[in-house]
Amino acid sequence: MLAIIDYRAGNQTSVKRALDHLGIPSEIASDPDVLERAEGLIFPGVGAAGQAMRVISSTGLDQAMRRLAAGGRPMLGICLGCQIMLESSEENQTRTLGLLPGRTVRFPDGLDDHDGRPIRVPHMGWNTVRFRKRSPLWAGLRPDDQFYFVHSFYPSPAEELVLGLTWHGQDFCSVYGREGLWALQFHPEKSGRPGLAILSNFYRYCREAGNHAQ
Amino acid sequence: MLSKRVIPCLDVRDGLLTKGVRFRENLDLGDPVEAARRYYEEGADEIVFYDITASAEGRGIFLGVVERVAEAIFIPFSVGGGLSSVSQMRDVLLAGAEKISLNSAAVRDPRLIAQGAEAFGSQAVVLGLDARRVGPTAHIPSGYEVVINGGRVPTGLDALAWARKAEELGAGEICLNSIDADGTQDGYELDVTRMVAQNVRIPVIASGGAGRPEHLFQALSDGHASAVLVASIVHYNRHSIKDLKEFLRQRGLPVRMV
Repeated sequence: MLAIIDYRAGNQTSVKRALDHLGIPSEIASDPDVLERAEGLIFPGVGAAGQAMRVISSTGLDQAMRRLAAGGRPMLGICLGCQIMLESSEENQTRTLGLLPGRTVRFPDGLDDHDGRPIRVPHMGWNTVRFRKRSPLWAGLRPDDQFYFVHSFYPSPAEELVLGLTWHGQDFCSVYGREGLWALQFHPEKSGRPGLAILSNFYRYCREAGNHAQ
Repeated sequence: MLSKRVIPCLDVRDGLLTKGVRFRENLDLGDPVEAARRYYEEGADEIVFYDITASAEGRGIFLGVVERVAEAIFIPFSVGGGLSSVSQMRDVLLAGAEKISLNSAAVRDPRLIAQGAEAFGSQAVVLGLDARRVGPTAHIPSGYEVVINGGRVPTGLDALAWARKAEELGAGEICLNSIDADGTQDGYELDVTRMVAQNVRIPVIASGGAGRPEHLFQALSDGHASAVLVASIVHYNRHSIKDLKEFLRQRGLPVRMV
């Protein structure tokens, strides 16, 4: 079972519908006991970092997530979840979870697209990801597969954690992490076939990781 | 690089498509969920639903449609038509839509845009703007006037000024529909599309007038639009979404092929 972490930030049900469609058992949960017995955690989110951290801190989810991440429980952050896994965010000048080193920054002003026209922020729509390393998470994907993004801020983790780059007036980090602890700036639950493939791959990884641990 | 989006638009009344949608194999669909699923599989980048039901009862049926769509397709979709309060927006988003589109109600009460953006984020709030060419005047310097209630009621508002105000209030995107071009299939109204797209930083979706693949290309290149709304050109089996996107790709535009 995968736990979809509920911190009142919007898109848990979209993730749940995608997992249901794939036949992957999941629960939307904020109770640390439920997270504890999950094979893997999905940390989604839409909204602003400040409000999200207030909810996460006041409910004790921050401590539960730090403990589970440190114990090697597989975790997949999505969009806002991806951003607040780092140490801080320029959005609302917020201290965030610090599961991995790095910070979240805003697209700078004055960037131009390849056609010489100013880029638009938020970065909203479909874009490609240049994956840097092999990973079970994106096994089977094609290089021209596209993913759905909608964000004004992006993660800027420690360089060795960068796993995928996307271009929007500049290269930015769209995927980062290490094995078992991954973060995606895009929405796999809204990215059609390749997004659903990533969710399937994550569940398969969680099951295999769980079997090894036993 | 961000892809240009092709977005089919479906009109729903009492839970059914107002006109059937015809697919390659001459299959006629009246169920919006099935039509959405087909367009999703063909490579639609998003789908827009307009609820043209008037009654409260019909609205309840429509929310059921939104829920079933959310279970069937895994791309973003938006919902418009008659939304006039934050609680109605919340109902639609909780049912599974990513975005809501505000049109006439936002003209009557612009605070709705700010309230929606505050409650759900700018990315969830699309301004639907219907514009009619009237020629430049002192009050309407852009030469395009905002019209509401399906184009029947002029507002005296300048379309460009309203687009900028909506951006300031927190709209995340503008769906710009030309009332003059709508239904003609003679092409999008490029002048107003370009003017708005060059003067706001949020994405502009061109709407109204698509009849041939070239029209999409024009709106996305000369018109500076980020996306195009399509209806008749895909509903009546003249072009599939896939063919339209292949055409755009061959013309050198970044598009997502599935």
